[in-house]
Amino acid sequence: MATGSVVTPGRVARPAWTQRGIGSWLTTTDHKKIGLLYMFSAFAYFLIGGLEALLIRTQLAAAHLQVLDPEQYDQIFTMHGTTMIFLFVMPMTTGLGNYIVPLMIGARDMAFPRLNAFGYWMFLFGGLFMYTSFAFGSAPNAGWFSYAPLTETDPSVQGCLWGTINQQSTLAAAQTAAKGGQGCFAPGPNMDFWVIGIILLGIASLSGAINFIVTILRMRAPGLTINRMPLFCWMQMITAFLLAFALPSITVAGFFLLFDRHLGTHFFQAPNGGDPLLWQHLFWSFGHPEVYILILPAFGIVSEILPVFSGKPIFGYTFIAWSGVAIGFLSFTVWAHHMFAVGLPTIAQAFFATTTTLIAIPTAVKIFNWVATVYGGRLRFYTPMLFAVGFVAMFLIGGLNGAALAIVPFDYQVTDTYFVVSHIHYVLFGGAALGIFGGIYYWWPKFFGRQLNERLGQTHFWLWLIGLNLAFFPMHLMGLLGMPRRQYTFAPGLGWDGLNLTATIGAFLIGLGTLVFIWNAIVTFRQPATNLADPWDGFTLEWATTSPPPPENFDEIPVVRSRRPLWDKKHPEDPDWRRAH
Amino acid sequence: MKFTMVRPRPAVFALLALVALLALAGCGETNGANFLNPAGPQAEQEAFLFWVIFWLATGIFVVVTGALLYSVIRFRARPGSPPARQISGNSSLELAWTIVPSIVLLIILVVTINTLFVGLAKPEQEAFTVQAIGHQWWWEFRYPDQKIVTADELVIPVGKVVDIELISNNVVHSFWVPEIAGKTDVIPGRTNKMWLKATKTGTFRGECTEYCGQQHANMNFQVVVQDDAGFQSWVTGQRQLPSEASQAMTGQKIFAVRCFTCHLINGQKELISQVGPNLTHFGSRNLIAGGVLTNTPENLKAWIHDTQEFKPGNDMPAFTQIPDDQLDQLVAYLESLQ
Repeated sequence: MATGSVVTPGRVARPAWTQRGIGSWLTTTDHKKIGLLYMFSAFAYFLIGGLEALLIRTQLAAAHLQVLDPEQYDQIFTMHGTTMIFLFVMPMTTGLGNYIVPLMIGARDMAFPRLNAFGYWMFLFGGLFMYTSFAFGSAPNAGWFSYAPLTETDPSVQGCLWGTINQQSTLAAAQTAAKGGQGCFAPGPNMDFWVIGIILLGIASLSGAINFIVTILRMRAPGLTINRMPLFCWMQMITAFLLAFALPSITVAGFFLLFDRHLGTHFFQAPNGGDPLLWQHLFWSFGHPEVYILILPAFGIVSEILPVFSGKPIFGYTFIAWSGVAIGFLSFTVWAHHMFAVGLPTIAQAFFATTTTLIAIPTAVKIFNWVATVYGGRLRFYTPMLFAVGFVAMFLIGGLNGAALAIVPFDYQVTDTYFVVSHIHYVLFGGAALGIFGGIYYWWPKFFGRQLNERLGQTHFWLWLIGLNLAFFPMHLMGLLGMPRRQYTFAPGLGWDGLNLTATIGAFLIGLGTLVFIWNAIVTFRQPATNLADPWDGFTLEWATTSPPPPENFDEIPVVRSRRPLWDKKHPEDPDWRRAH
Repeated sequence: MKFTMVRPRPAVFALLALVALLALAGCGETNGANFLNPAGPQAEQEAFLFWVIFWLATGIFVVVTGALLYSVIRFRARPGSPPARQISGNSSLELAWTIVPSIVLLIILVVTINTLFVGLAKPEQEAFTVQAIGHQWWWEFRYPDQKIVTADELVIPVGKVVDIELISNNVVHSFWVPEIAGKTDVIPGRTNKMWLKATKTGTFRGECTEYCGQQHANMNFQVVVQDDAGFQSWVTGQRQLPSEASQAMTGQKIFAVRCFTCHLINGQKELISQVGPNLTHFGSRNLIAGGVLTNTPENLKAWIHDTQEFKPGNDMPAFTQIPDDQLDQLVAYLESLQ
């Protein structure tokens, strides 16, 4: 897919070194190349995050193992969460969106190509910056959610402890100080790496969000109204708005934390009049919209795959689109359901229980529409379809145990236990990851002019489906049996042993499935390209151009008359625009 | 391009088997931390809600996944099968499956809010207060009314309400004894309040459930529920000064040199601990080291000798320099403090 050193009339001539090889990748502003850069880097981070997960599961395979010491474990579990959320799911969906959205709307590129490139390099740099912390033995270690005041350095002048509860002898105080405050909050640079990394990544995400919003709103092909736009574009647009409105919270929180740690402010330091809960409110005001940022693109991908492989349109397009919008708005009203146990007034807890229950409704509507899409279709079970169907079932489980968490008294028991770990992994792995990989298998031929091997793809899918259920289903039980989260070890004889071992086996099956995928990619590239423009018999505009597309995407910008321009073209006897629906 | 047969049935059965396993979690077995074996009115309400959720969620899962699997099998493309009907929606269906779930969710919401305000409301009973103080990484319990301070175990009378004030002067912790009540976080700078009422005697496991640093995993405690007589005699015992026999032991002198900086043995004259727990009635406790080890002479000796082996990173240094015979004397002294 070399672009060659073409100088298009009317465009500025570029130096030859930027036109081929590494130079072209380093200087590209082409959304397709940037998309691939994002996806490749995100996949590399996925592997690293996966290794971190395997380390966690190895440490927890049995009681009182000593594979990792507590400090190592704390760094690994923090980086696992941070990596998977900020360095895998978000950039991967940005990459898929970058490549595909302009094609789907019949545009030649994103609205701001150079901002696009800036966003990618900022993401890469932010992630690498965070990971250099390992070289200093100081990776972030306070969890991906970094609750204050554990993330603060010493809040008081004498040692770690303050106030009227403890009366320390001076000797004890000296001893604590001499240890460098070991175990005393976060004296090292670990959290600085985290905060600065998050701020840099936020800048990257925001630049991407701006690009998506403007591109989708302003650069659609003639006839491609918002109501005819593919649902993947809808979801990317809503995600972009969520990013724009949620990022400020965590950016502010991050700066407050940096100031507390280094400039003598007291935002989160109770002894000096600050409030640890302020961190939690600010973090979750970002954190809750964030989880919809993670899942909405997967909703979009699945809404593209299911119709194509069912041979019929998506069922309830308008309902799916608008329930996405509803979820977007509601996502800003539910944040304190992450804080039901912190001692908020009961009336406030009732409010958040209500909003959380409300947000379950549009989510349920989507699931029903996906099932209705498959019903009555003519189903072709290629790998993308397996992932999409798997998504629906697995996300359903995550949605059900998530709705359970809205039931506040029940949440009092299971919050901060493995029950929640089960929930988050059903929605993030069973949901986002399955959806993302469905998209990867679906659009791979568009990127590379060749399809991934079917047999290996199916093996990958089944290893993941079995692995993820073995890994995460027992965690429901672990939580109900009282096992808290974020613990580097556990005691034997509490009924947790067998469940943990099962979870570890599941995790390794997931790892195996990932290796199968990598092997699939390698094997596929050894074969010659078939360059089929439309290998899946698709409906939307990305399949109306070559695989891979030329630099300018389309020879001629198409004119669109319905939601499925390619169906119309291939079925002139029964186009969508003529059917009343 | 080949189609391959998809056989979802084994996966479904496996999942249903796991669901059944889930159901078994509530059947009689208890590990001391299973709220589905409730020992108090709060845990009872919370357990009841779980079963409502469980059956509802299982039912919904079976119906929706059933529809999905039915479609997957019935509408699989076979050679010669006709193209699909190009249906893109049905407004009545959309309305139905928006309204019905909304009603179900509304009912659940009403039950939730009712439980919050009414079901979990503190009973109108005389109550006494215990302060639960979260340290890194152990729990201190102070009884202001009874003038007792202890650690790692919270002894309460059955059938009575105990007000708990949650206090931290360091990081956020969370106080959770599953079989009696749901958890409440311990936040520095505010005093969260909760209450406990146990309806059964026994010993129940408690855990810290908010990540609080390296030894978050080893910050457990016990709630020991006794009948009235048992509780009264415990209180009386805890209020006594260390016996003269204990104080005359050789181990007391070792304690006075090695341990007094961080630990008090003061006959409850003032309700405080130092850096480490108040050890006045140490011998009467079931657990040591932040709920990590049972209180036996062997465990105690091993703990003092090398605390970092059991709880790396915790604030109590290892005392490898105390010779073996002195360690035995120290242990004997501490265990004598009943």
